[in-house]
Amino acid sequence: MKSITNLSKVLLPVIVASVAFTGCKPGKAVDSVDGDASKKVYVAPGKYDELYMFASGGFSGQVAAYGLPSGRLLKVIPVFSQNAENGYGYSEETKPMLNTSHGFVPWDDAHHTQLSKTNGQDDGRWLFINGNNTPRIARLNLATFKTEEIIELPNVGGNHASPYCTENTEYIVGNTRFSIPMDADQDVPIDSYKENFKGAATFIKVDKDKGTMNIAFQLIVPGYNYDLARAGKGVSKDWMFFSTYNSEQANTLLEVNASQRDKDFIMAVNWKKAEALVAQGKGKRVPARYAHNVWDEKTHSATSTIKKDVLMLDVKDYPGLVYYIPCPKSPHGADVSPDGEFFVASGKLAAVIPVFSFKKMLAAIEKQDFEDQRADMGIPVLKYASVLEGEVEKPGLGPLHTEFDDQGYAYTSMFVSSEIVKWKVSTREIIDRIPTYYSIGHLSVPGGDNKKPYGKYVVALNKITKDRYLPTGPELTQSAQLIDITGNKMKLLLDFPTIGEPHYAQSIAADLITKNQVKFFKLEENHHPYAVKSEKETRVVRKGNRVDIYMTAIRSHLAPDNIEGIKLGDEVYFHLTNLEQDWDVPHGFAVKGANTAELLVMPGETATLKWTPDRTAIFPFYCTDFCSALHQEMAGYIRVSPANSNVPISYKIGNNPLAKK
Amino acid sequence: MISAYFLPLWQIILEAPQYPEGLGMKIWLNNITGNIDQINGLNHYIGMKHIIVEDFVEFKVLPYVFAFIIVLGLYSALSGRLTWLKIWFSLLVLFAIVGLTDFYLWEYDYGHNLDPMAAIKVPGMNYQPPLIGYKQLLNFLAGSLPDIGGIIVVIAALMAGGVMVYEMRLKRRIYEKAI
Repeated sequence: MKSITNLSKVLLPVIVASVAFTGCKPGKAVDSVDGDASKKVYVAPGKYDELYMFASGGFSGQVAAYGLPSGRLLKVIPVFSQNAENGYGYSEETKPMLNTSHGFVPWDDAHHTQLSKTNGQDDGRWLFINGNNTPRIARLNLATFKTEEIIELPNVGGNHASPYCTENTEYIVGNTRFSIPMDADQDVPIDSYKENFKGAATFIKVDKDKGTMNIAFQLIVPGYNYDLARAGKGVSKDWMFFSTYNSEQANTLLEVNASQRDKDFIMAVNWKKAEALVAQGKGKRVPARYAHNVWDEKTHSATSTIKKDVLMLDVKDYPGLVYYIPCPKSPHGADVSPDGEFFVASGKLAAVIPVFSFKKMLAAIEKQDFEDQRADMGIPVLKYASVLEGEVEKPGLGPLHTEFDDQGYAYTSMFVSSEIVKWKVSTREIIDRIPTYYSIGHLSVPGGDNKKPYGKYVVALNKITKDRYLPTGPELTQSAQLIDITGNKMKLLLDFPTIGEPHYAQSIAADLITKNQVKFFKLEENHHPYAVKSEKETRVVRKGNRVDIYMTAIRSHLAPDNIEGIKLGDEVYFHLTNLEQDWDVPHGFAVKGANTAELLVMPGETATLKWTPDRTAIFPFYCTDFCSALHQEMAGYIRVSPANSNVPISYKIGNNPLAKK
Repeated sequence: MISAYFLPLWQIILEAPQYPEGLGMKIWLNNITGNIDQINGLNHYIGMKHIIVEDFVEFKVLPYVFAFIIVLGLYSALSGRLTWLKIWFSLLVLFAIVGLTDFYLWEYDYGHNLDPMAAIKVPGMNYQPPLIGYKQLLNFLAGSLPDIGGIIVVIAALMAGGVMVYEMRLKRRIYEKAI
């Protein structure tokens, strides 16, 4: 008996100790969901959201429009990737939008959305987005939510530091994530990186009224990797700030070799000065090949032009154009405070967030306060301490990107520690931090890059969701999280899944967009060469083996709906005009065996599907958008006869008194 | 104590915001199992050495050392002699001290001996995991705790110690009574 009591004397402490070990584990960060979250994000049926959020689709190549605070997906706008759903990139009219100097490239890796600005404020006219892979910038019209223009960037390896705009959208910039040799088509050893590879800071002039983009000039800069950029505003409005990494100029195993220097650079570009130099006729036109694709709303068609040269200025030759500011380790964001006085760099491998002063930068330039040993590449390197206003200390791990609210606070995303840190711009004191789920990349405050930010929310754009949603096999959704920033403490309101990767987003007050909305296209303004304005004009025309079908759609029939005389070997073009002149009445078009896509045609618009029949048969065609009570009846037949048949071209539609006008 | 051959002795647990499910390593008498590949993958950013099971001499020696201890333990139990128990217990304590010291030295090297080429270098930071308990290492909460096999061994050792103390007291009482 006694031995049992003794045994328990021995065992008890062991058990207690084991429990204590597991019990002494530090607690997890408490869930920071706002108690009133459901009220704050609930948008009653029939009511509108307060803001539009335009998020890039990352590897989906598209842009998605969401409503905030509800997180509801409103529309996926096709930009760089083909979209079978509405025929974008498949229809004859839209195919030229995806043309490049490499030919037809029907996909891209879309990263940063940028709203156009007037006086440093989002004006709701256009949205720009970069294609990182085949370097491009697209401009979307926010009245129609259509991609209107895509311009390719020559001499750029990956268009990542893009498409940031100046205070009045004078310029949109792009700069390379992968430096490459300038002058098209150079064949050099990869090991000759240091001598042959360069960056090309591209400034694209944006037409004030139409938004049309044209490359004004390219600044040839050292062969580093250029990551992000922001324009100055107010006092600093004439400058553009780019972040750089790989100032080591590594060309292999970059994850190690491009992470060696304690400091990379912020590159400050005086674009106003560059503009003046160009006006004086400086720089030289260098041969290049790049596509410029423009959508015409009147012809409902795009044209693609291949441009042949570009104006280059080597920054070495123009002192005072570009300065480097040392910046702790592999900076990602280079973000300018609302007053334009401070620029914040987030070194993703750095232990602090440096806040630079524009005033001090100008003073350092004035005093020629340069570092000697690093005046490499012919560009003056300012002294870190001379430009530094101060550092945000112990912010967290992996600072990536900073945006600002209307109350003097900044919000920085922390990739590694997966959190957002709120800090005061004037004192650089940390106010609050909130976990994100998981691995936040960019963040977005509505109007966060404006002179007067809208504030109210910050949206975390996360790369990983793991256990946050119902699982969907190995491929999980990525997500955004809406966080309330009206109080001192940030409060999580909502998680919502996104398309592709929500790489970056910008939000804007809804009324700035809704007031310009186009509800339908006016038929009388439709100048498409194959448009027909009434059913009377519908016809089928053969020219050799090309057959053009001038077809109309109106509830609830396609005209003509019986077509004969097509022969095997013909190329058939269905030109469908939607005769409706009312809001929200698109018609779809689909034909059996079409190895392209279907069409979705807006009221007043004309779109063309090319179809090459593969067999003699009777093929049905029909409307794919459920348009009306008799949508199922909105169909027809096309007869394909053998190549040598004598069936004449004929077309008809049954007697319809309404269509006689 | 034979359970040490088929139960893990020690565990290392890593938790981070991006790893809500946690990562873990289990240390056996002759092996390490668990998310070694993931942990190696993460650690290369900060320049920690790769954990390769074959590199540990310990795992080749430990099964024999432990077998010796078990055999000696059985012998001392069968012999019924207190002296043997004392010898065996001391050996066990010595083994524990050597083992933990070795573990600590490995952890120290693993946490301090970093590749100077590493992408992420945090000034003044080392990544030595705790000997026992929890410690925050950058975004990871690292825990180091005995696992089921280790707990059983500790219990066995403490029982042996308990028996030894009990026997010694008993002997003394008999001795006192005799006086």
